[in-house]
Amino acid sequence: MPDLLIELFSEEIPARMQKRAADDLKKRVTDGLVEAGLTYAHASAFSTPRRLTLALEGMLAESPTVREERKGPKVGAPEKAIEGFLRGAGLTMDQLEERETPKGSVYFATIEKPGRPAAAIVAEVLEDTIRNFPWPKAMRWGTGSLRWVRPLHSILCITSDETGHAVVPMSVDGIEAGDTTEGHRFMGSGRFAVTGFEDYAAKLKRDYVVLSAEERAEMIAADAQNLAFAQGLEVVEDKGLLAEVAGLVEWPVTLMGDIADDFLNLPAEVLQTSMKEHQKFFSIRNPKTGRIEKFITVANRETKDNGATILAGNQKVLFARLSDAKFFWENDVRTAKAGAAEWLEKLTNVTFHNKLGSQAERIDRVAALAREIAPIVGADADLAEKAARWAKADLSSEMVYEFPELQGLMGRYYAEFAGHPAEVAAAATEHYSPLGPSDDVPTAPVSVAVALADKLDVLTGFWAIDEKPTGSKDPFALRRAALGVIRLILTNSLTAPLKSLPVRDDADMGDLLGFFHDRLKVFLRDQGIRHDVIDACIAMDGNDDIALLVNRASALENFMKTDDGTNLLQGFKRANNILTQAEEKDGVEYSYGADMKFVEDDAEKALFEALDKFEAPIAEAIRGEDFAAAMVGLAGLRAPIDAFFEAVQVNSDNDVVRRNRLNLLSRIRKLCASVADLTKVEG
Amino acid sequence: MANTDSKPRSFQEIILRLQAYWAEKGCAVMQPYDMEVGAGTFHPATTLRSLGSKPWAAAYVQPSRRPTDGRYGENPNRLQHYYQYQVLIKPSPPNLQELYLGSLKAIGIDMEMHDIRFVEDDWESPTLGAWGLGWEVWCDGMEVSQFTYFQQVGGHDCHPVSGELTYGLERLAMYILGVDHVMDMPYNDPDALIPLSYGDVFKQTEEEYARWNFDVANTEVLLRHFEEAEAECENILAQEHVDPKTGKTIIMAHPAYDQCIKASHIFNLLDARGVISVTERQAYIGRVRALSKQCADAFVQTAAGGAAA
Repeated sequence: MPDLLIELFSEEIPARMQKRAADDLKKRVTDGLVEAGLTYAHASAFSTPRRLTLALEGMLAESPTVREERKGPKVGAPEKAIEGFLRGAGLTMDQLEERETPKGSVYFATIEKPGRPAAAIVAEVLEDTIRNFPWPKAMRWGTGSLRWVRPLHSILCITSDETGHAVVPMSVDGIEAGDTTEGHRFMGSGRFAVTGFEDYAAKLKRDYVVLSAEERAEMIAADAQNLAFAQGLEVVEDKGLLAEVAGLVEWPVTLMGDIADDFLNLPAEVLQTSMKEHQKFFSIRNPKTGRIEKFITVANRETKDNGATILAGNQKVLFARLSDAKFFWENDVRTAKAGAAEWLEKLTNVTFHNKLGSQAERIDRVAALAREIAPIVGADADLAEKAARWAKADLSSEMVYEFPELQGLMGRYYAEFAGHPAEVAAAATEHYSPLGPSDDVPTAPVSVAVALADKLDVLTGFWAIDEKPTGSKDPFALRRAALGVIRLILTNSLTAPLKSLPVRDDADMGDLLGFFHDRLKVFLRDQGIRHDVIDACIAMDGNDDIALLVNRASALENFMKTDDGTNLLQGFKRANNILTQAEEKDGVEYSYGADMKFVEDDAEKALFEALDKFEAPIAEAIRGEDFAAAMVGLAGLRAPIDAFFEAVQVNSDNDVVRRNRLNLLSRIRKLCASVADLTKVEG
Repeated sequence: MANTDSKPRSFQEIILRLQAYWAEKGCAVMQPYDMEVGAGTFHPATTLRSLGSKPWAAAYVQPSRRPTDGRYGENPNRLQHYYQYQVLIKPSPPNLQELYLGSLKAIGIDMEMHDIRFVEDDWESPTLGAWGLGWEVWCDGMEVSQFTYFQQVGGHDCHPVSGELTYGLERLAMYILGVDHVMDMPYNDPDALIPLSYGDVFKQTEEEYARWNFDVANTEVLLRHFEEAEAECENILAQEHVDPKTGKTIIMAHPAYDQCIKASHIFNLLDARGVISVTERQAYIGRVRALSKQCADAFVQTAAGGAAA
């Protein structure tokens, strides 16, 4: 069975798009082939800055023949009907078959769609793939109408087997498929023909192209580590950068260079960010001092001087970049030392949102809120306010203007120069956290106060102006903010109900609470708590107390995992159903309390005693918010309830006994309802 | 043609070599546009000529002004007035990357010793209503050019597509000549009878303009000029296409576009004076974009814009 090799050779593909594009090529082509009946044994996709490659092994040489049977008109039907059937099937009269059916003699046609050679199918599928390729951004070039990520130059498309290889005849927008490609832009030897995948990969390597991005990344990582290790240093790991750099080179040559002494005292994050963002350099750290002392750059070629010229050039560019960074740093430090009043002043001119005022106004709100929250989280109110006022100051700094990703971090450094205490410095960085579901949650009280205030201000603010997230659109990251509040509360075991957290009056708190509940559901579902269990707890009073809600939900979740739990749930549902039906029928609510004197059965008596025994401790546990203990109490009811339903017929002929039993069931319902709304739990 | 095997020795030699190279490759070597612009793209030889179906190939130096970048001539590589070298070829030829690399070789960059890379960089000009895809070209980690395939200009889809190359001449020359401060760069040959540095030519003007741009330019006058340029642009385009005097059909796309350029530059000056707030900024950019779109609409109705005569 033949193999298939496809290469789409273009001008430089953006690094961030390469992997996805190789996967898309594989998916689209293999899906198309399989749909046309061409199965294959194995497929692999590759990408370099200038090519997407797909190699298929063990593909069928042709698609299988497909037979389709069609039932036609009855024998003796009008001639027109038979003619129409023949036309539709593309057959002649003598090719029809007469068959006896219960409805008489009927014509049958067997239409045979012969298999098609692989090449014809590949040509169609590949053309369709190229014309409809899902690039995030595509372009036209020259006079053509084809869209590709950058100009597409050549298509290599061959099938090969033991007997040799053949070009799949096809063309797209004037580009004829062939069996040639080229290697490295500068080190390669021009175009060459290939006979199959092995030949292709080997010739590429000969012409200085490492086809696999993973292999290039591994080469870079290994070389970088060796270079650093030889000097007692270590590479600051950065997987994203590694993947990007592997997409910028076909022939990686790793070079290590020095950072001039002038810059070694800049904060490590500044060095790292500047080198990464502008130059795509890896940072090299001295493990003894923790300082970034060198950099690693990855060139795309070998040179006679072993990269000396390239390294010198890169070093020079870095010098200019770091001179800028140092300039920003020194200016910022000077401003910070002078108290940074001008930074805060500047923020009065920066619009946060046209309906929510300037950044300065927002800071005022957050500062006031942080003050109010402070006692709840055990922070000093003055300190919390001070931290809130400092937290956004660095947005005006030159460094953050240049590198927005350093916001908060620079605030921490500059806080020290401005003479702020350590808590204020820490809050500058930490108040943005947690940023995602796995990001660390601050625990220092001042940081927690500012982080909560910051997020609650955003949430209530956007709620007030009705800019809520819809579907996939959440431009102000409000979902993240709500999850942040939830995690801050849980991690710090804050027992503050959301309604008691001072929030702005003009926000529609009810709706916002529902938003928090939605985020909480997503959060708890990821932690393995069932959505129906969460719903059962949200339905209870005090559902704006996130910590309480989560305690209740985890206790219920654990309980529902036990035998006692599932059986008790059945018992409750049975009791509830019987009660609801009886109440509907009788038009009363059975909540008068049952009386032991009307008890007829032992199981009934036992249930009475069990309820007497457990009601008080369960109520006690719930008052103390010890839901696990409440569940233990409920577990104790399981056996008596089961036994009751086993032995006792609730709807007794004696109406007094019946009503007494219904009132007994009502005690079960009431007790369960004090724990959670079990009607919402499935099962 | 200049001897391309040797390294150039001065700023002007690099310019001369680029001119010779692109002339040899068939571009019309044009002269700078005689108005203040923020970048070489604003020259009508690029903006307007990238529109419509007619083939085009031009190369030129364009003095460019970015008032906010002024540093009184003190910063080693920031200037409020600098030069761009601009190449525009329509339709973009299939070997444009090779042609470009040839130009680097022509100005003394040895491909065997340096690491040249095409790094993703999409281009967008909000004031021109234009965008394209391409790269910034890196030489040993240093950005030496912008390389763009125009997709849209003035709101019009480009068909055919133009390939645009922009070289930041000072930075590129500093790199090739091994100079650390732009003002120290030899402007003419260091062995000339009167050797001049970049600083000899431009240090004083950088100081003068920095002061004027940042602190002196009369913002009321500028605001008025902006309004006037905008009004005049619209007035020009509102004229009947048939000239009542000559009876000819004359659509005045270029004079209108001059007013658009003017408005754009005045906006940059106002920006440097710090009198445009963040929200106003967007509104001003939108107004200039509206002008450039109208100019583009007008140009494609002219013969040069490919309209049927």
